Amino acid sequence: MSRFGRTEALLAISAAALLAFSPLLPKWALFLVTVALAKGLVVLGLLLLMRAGLVSFGQGLYYAAGAYAAGIAGQMLRISDAAAVVALAAVASCAVAAVVGGLLATYRGIFFAMLSLAFSMILYGLLVKTSALGSTDGFNVAIGTVAGVRLPGASARTGLFALTVGLVFLAALGAHRFLGSHLGRLAPAVRDNELRVEYLGASVRGVVYLNYLLAAGLSGIGGALAGLAVGHIDPEMAYWTTSGEFVFVAILSGSGSVAAPFAGAIAFEVLRSFAYEYSPNTWQLVVGLAMLLVILFLPSGLWSLFTRWRRAR
Amino acid sequence: MAVVIDGLIYASWLFLIAVGLTLIYGVMRILNMAHGSLYALGAYAAASLAGWWLSAGHAPLASYALLVAAAVAVGLVAGPLIERGVLRFSYGRDEIVLVLVTYALFLVLEDVIKLIWGVDPYFVSGPYGLLGSFEVGSLSYPVYNLLLVGAAALAGSALAWALRATRRGKMLLAVIHDREMAAALGIDVGRVYLVTFTMGAMLAALGGALTAPTVSVVPGMGVEVIVLAFAVVVIGGLGSPQGAALGALIVGLVRSAAVHFLPEVELFSIYLVMALVLLVRPRGLFSAPEARRI
Repeated sequence: MSRFGRTEALLAISAAALLAFSPLLPKWALFLVTVALAKGLVVLGLLLLMRAGLVSFGQGLYYAAGAYAAGIAGQMLRISDAAAVVALAAVASCAVAAVVGGLLATYRGIFFAMLSLAFSMILYGLLVKTSALGSTDGFNVAIGTVAGVRLPGASARTGLFALTVGLVFLAALGAHRFLGSHLGRLAPAVRDNELRVEYLGASVRGVVYLNYLLAAGLSGIGGALAGLAVGHIDPEMAYWTTSGEFVFVAILSGSGSVAAPFAGAIAFEVLRSFAYEYSPNTWQLVVGLAMLLVILFLPSGLWSLFTRWRRAR
Repeated sequence: MAVVIDGLIYASWLFLIAVGLTLIYGVMRILNMAHGSLYALGAYAAASLAGWWLSAGHAPLASYALLVAAAVAVGLVAGPLIERGVLRFSYGRDEIVLVLVTYALFLVLEDVIKLIWGVDPYFVSGPYGLLGSFEVGSLSYPVYNLLLVGAAALAGSALAWALRATRRGKMLLAVIHDREMAAALGIDVGRVYLVTFTMGAMLAALGGALTAPTVSVVPGMGVEVIVLAFAVVVIGGLGSPQGAALGALIVGLVRSAAVHFLPEVELFSIYLVMALVLLVRPRGLFSAPEARRI
């Protein structure tokens, strides 16, 4: 099972290609891809949950928690290394998820979605009222060093991009291995029939909790990377529309492969950037219509186009 | 005292919006994210209609009827359009997929509103100040707020009556209770869906129309309303109109208490209550036990 398969090859080639072509990319494209990949991490986490039949409308909670943990570490604790800050963000998100996940693990379906939304709105409310963290304005974050290397000026962006690509590669690889493992395969079983999973001797609650923690950790890393890339964080990251966007990208990408969330996230960012560029007042209309079309005509997401094409060949 | 009055006013407003949401969920199993946009549509329609009426110099008292007429019109146009045009193609899919369909509709409607009415705020404060105000202790309240409470009570009791005493209403309750059995007994479920969604849209628009005179009508006004209404119906139990009433009261009182005593927690007190209620009663206060899947 653990041999080097097609997915690993695809991931390695994509990561290498992204790194190789990064000097050629214009600044805006570099930024767009960095942010999209960071959001892709959140979506990857959502897909782990969706495999267990759970849709969280509150991943913004961990996206924001990660970003704020990174921001606080950078501004107030004077830790300016991007890699260290991102690691801290993952730990912080998992810590929050360890508590919230324990409460959420007994809920399913629409109640899981709404309760996770409630928790993210609680964080939003807290952040908005905390003036030490800039209230609704948030605050700026800066990159000092990337994994111990000091990068002056514009090359900091490239450094962050490399870090993002590296982390995404590792996360996708890890997720792929996890999905193939015994523990990972329990998630679809939980979705299909919880009672039978219990009869088999596995803990449904444990499976849900584990997937929730992993999703939160990925979202935290994504939030920290996005915060560093934008250079600014604000409570909007915890608002329910942000979480809704993640769910949308998850549906758009489909669960065909661990690479799908990242392809989907890049497609979404491109769609949104262009829609915003050409019709600032109707970009939501474009995005909403695209979403309806995908849901109605491509129920397994954009990735299914790729697999269909490969099968036809 | 002020806490209770504020809470009651806020609860009436919440009830108007939430009852439509819970009705739609109860019958159609759709948690309608576009509900906030219907609310905003109602507010815009009411603001333009009543604004036009007042600026043309007609009798100002009739503007109240126009607010309601605007809401009914929005419900009758938007309701069937959305149900027949979009929703019916995705019936039978997972509940979460339906949530996403309405989320997409929400995005679309937000921009449709901007396309029709532009991005500038609308004001129609005429009906708000017209009735003067009354005093309780040292505080004065606009009489308009009483109207809001009255409208909510009226809508609630009319709905209760319609559900219990009319043939259509009983059919609707039957669909809430057991869709397959109702269909097997010859109830035209598709028709019930259409009527329900239109009614729900009308109630949301009514909430918006009655709010229009008290605020400036701006783009994005529906965004926060959705999650508030969610909190209310989830507390009360999804799909239960009585639950929506109780949930609205709880949320209304909690929020006004928070505003009066601890303004810092105002924003998230509501979600905290929702989380607490769900921890104690996982399916809300008024909820039927669900059979376990084997």
